[in-house]
Order: sequence, then C-alpha cells, then structure tokens
Amino acid sequence: MRKRVIPVLLVEDEGLVKTINFRDSAYLGDPINAVRLYNDMEVDELIILDISATKENNGPNFEMLHSVVNECFMPLGYGGGISTIDDIKKLFKIGIEKVIINHSVLSNNIDFIKEAISMFGSQSIVISVDINKNFFRKYVLYDYILDENLKTDIKQYLENIAKLNIGELFVNFVYNDGMMKGYDIDAIKNLFQNISIPLVVCGGAGSLDDIKQVLDNGVDAAAAGSLFVYKGKQKGVMINYPTQSELNILLGEYKYEW
Amino acid sequence: MILVIDAKIGNIGSIVNILKRLGVEVLVSDDPNDILKANKIILPGVGSFDYGMEHLKKMGFIQPINEAVAKGKYLLGICLGMQMLLEQSEEGKLKGLGLIPGNVIRFTFRDTSIKVPHMGWNYVKFSKNKINQKLDKNRFYFVHSYFVRTEEKYILGKTKYADNIFTSAINKGNVFGMQFHPEKSHKFGKQILENFVGLK
Repeated sequence: MRKRVIPVLLVEDEGLVKTINFRDSAYLGDPINAVRLYNDMEVDELIILDISATKENNGPNFEMLHSVVNECFMPLGYGGGISTIDDIKKLFKIGIEKVIINHSVLSNNIDFIKEAISMFGSQSIVISVDINKNFFRKYVLYDYILDENLKTDIKQYLENIAKLNIGELFVNFVYNDGMMKGYDIDAIKNLFQNISIPLVVCGGAGSLDDIKQVLDNGVDAAAAGSLFVYKGKQKGVMINYPTQSELNILLGEYKYEW
Repeated sequence: MILVIDAKIGNIGSIVNILKRLGVEVLVSDDPNDILKANKIILPGVGSFDYGMEHLKKMGFIQPINEAVAKGKYLLGICLGMQMLLEQSEEGKLKGLGLIPGNVIRFTFRDTSIKVPHMGWNYVKFSKNKINQKLDKNRFYFVHSYFVRTEEKYILGKTKYADNIFTSAINKGNVFGMQFHPEKSHKFGKQILENFVGLK
C-alpha cells in the first residue's frame, strides 16, 4: 500500500481560501471548480475544511457538499461545524468518507464522539489537532476558535486522543501554514512516536521532496494546502497535483506481485 | 434496473453518482418492496456491524434480500455491506445475512507500527474471472478495521496489507462483495462497477 498525498481545501463562507498561519485568508475561487480539477487529476483523497462554520455557529453546508461529492470519485474528508450525530449521518449519506472534528470542540463533545464511533465505526471519524509554537518555542495546542495557545500537555493529549479509537489523526502545524518551507520533521519525530492510528500531517509543504521527506518519517499521509493551489515563485493560483508517473518516481510504484 | 438499498447506513450519494455516470438506471429506496422491481441490488454500508444489521432488520430488508438472492438476482455488498453478507462479525453481536459462509475479524498486527484501520489505496489480486475485466493492474480505496474470512472457493480477490493477505472481494453464485469502495476508486471503481452492471 502506498502512502497517500492529500490536498486540503479551506472553505470560508462558500469561497475557497488560503491562509497563512491560520490568518489572512486570501480568496482563491469556487471550491467546486477546484474539486472537479482534483478529481480529473485522480488525487488519492481530498480534505475540505470549512473554517467559518463553527465560528459562525453554522452546521455543515450540505448543499455545497452535495455538489462537491457529485464531482468526486475519490474519498472525501470533511470538517467544519459538525456537532450532532445527525450532521454525521447526513454527511455520510451524501457520500463523505470521513468526518473531521477539531480538538477545540472536543472537550464539550467527548460523549458525542464516542457515540459516533459506536454507530459509524471508528474508521470514519477523524480528530484534527492544531499545533503551534509558543513564545518559548515550545510545542502547544492551538484553539482556533479562541485564537489562543493552550496549556495542555501535548504528548499526553495526543495519546489520549489516539486511545479514543478514532480512525485517523489529522495534525495541522499552525506556524507552518502557508509558509511552504518544509514540514517540521523534528516535531513530527518527537510528538508522534506513540501514536498507533493513521496519522495525516499538514503545514509547510513547499515541494514534492517535502512530501517524500515527511512520508519517510513515519507519517501515513501527507496533506498540503498551498502546494496544491499555488504554482511558481509568484504564487499564482493554479490547482495542481503530481501525475501518477511523478508519484511513482517519488514514492515507488504500486506492488502488483506478492 | 439497479436498486441501491438505502438502509440509512451510509454513503449512497457517491454510489448513485457513479452509477448514473455509467448511464445505468438506478433506484434508491428504503422500501424493501422495491427489491422486486430490480434485477441487480447494491447494498452499501458505512458503520459498525450491529448498526448495519439492526437497520436492515428494522426496515424489513432481510427477508426480501434473501428471497431476491434465492431467485437469482445479483447482489453486491460494499464495505460494511460486504461484511454483512457473512454469518457473524467480531465487531458485533448480531448475526449477519449468512449468504456467504464465514465470519469477520479485526486486523491485529504484532508490529505496532502497522496502523489499523487499513486506510488507503491498495491492489486487489483477483482469483476468479468474474468482474475483473480490464483490471489487471488496479488500485482501490480501502478504509476498514475488520476483514472477512471465508472458504477458498468464495474468494474473488485478495489484498496484502503489511504481512496479512486478506480477502478483499468475495463471490458465491449471484452474490458479490467488495471490501473496498469502488465509488471512491476513480477509473478502477468505475470499471469494476461497469463489469458488475454488465453481468447477465
């Protein structure tokens, strides 16, 4: 099985945007167009995060997601504004593969997560964790709703989350968001040694070599935002993704014999 | 006409989408009586075993499915839909449909760096030539923590994950099962569904 390479699309009030360090969202266009292009390019998987839903007290935009799923023949993970079992049921019915729930809303919703897991099976529930660096350059959890670094012990928190029997952990590095200077490999090696569930990491990818590097360091899937929506030094907006040949060279071909 | 069973257990949206793209007449229904109208039935499913079986039972699908299969109609179970074709699962307490002998167990690996669920794109080595036309080199999307075990004669395809070569597709007569998600597997998924739809 080859490791996955996943574009992450951020949606804010129905528009496709890109942030830097989780701020200054720049409008890029219509998300449906982007999804259509990624589908044509046969991406391994796609993640869509609605970064305004929870803040604005909205649930998921089911209508938009229905249009998105119609363009997709690959797995879709969705996060943003998910707060009820009914939300999750609707998302699965539309055709979303995995629902992504942010750690910032977790403490009030542990029971809801556990109920979701027992109903829907663990493989389709993903928790996303946002990691930042504080003033003392120590790794901390970042709450995007409060726009605050938290004092929680990160390693312990991650281990507790993994014990919830969820399908996957999606980790976002806030300080690398939009920077395109590489993933923080040291942080990845340091923080995720004891995680036994699939791990997807996002934040910092600036090239396909970065993708290869992070996958060579124990991560199960490499996710990226800027890398797959910008092209060239001028950062022109262009939806892009490596071809299967490029991925074969980068990560090796699929094994057809055993 | 293909009936996609909507037992409120998951992702019918994508399956309907892909079937429509193949130009097939599709009916989505939560009414077991509609099984009589179809000549092929698809049972999708996402969720835990008991959740799935409870819904099938509550909505009155179990007997109509069994009768349709006995009459020779083609049935395709996808993901949880495939697991429910077996007799029982470690994941739950309820009995499965029992249309194919065997059971469902959880992935366990001594090497703790091997992650469960099995999540991602993997290759299916088909052992019977039934619905694998044009799929010599393939990859399909898998996302599951449990896998089926059945008799060799019912194995349609196998997949290797770490050191575990498990059954990823099954077939007994007119009953088929796919552990992977064809509706999420790009052109490979379209091809295998086209092959299923084309069965006479």
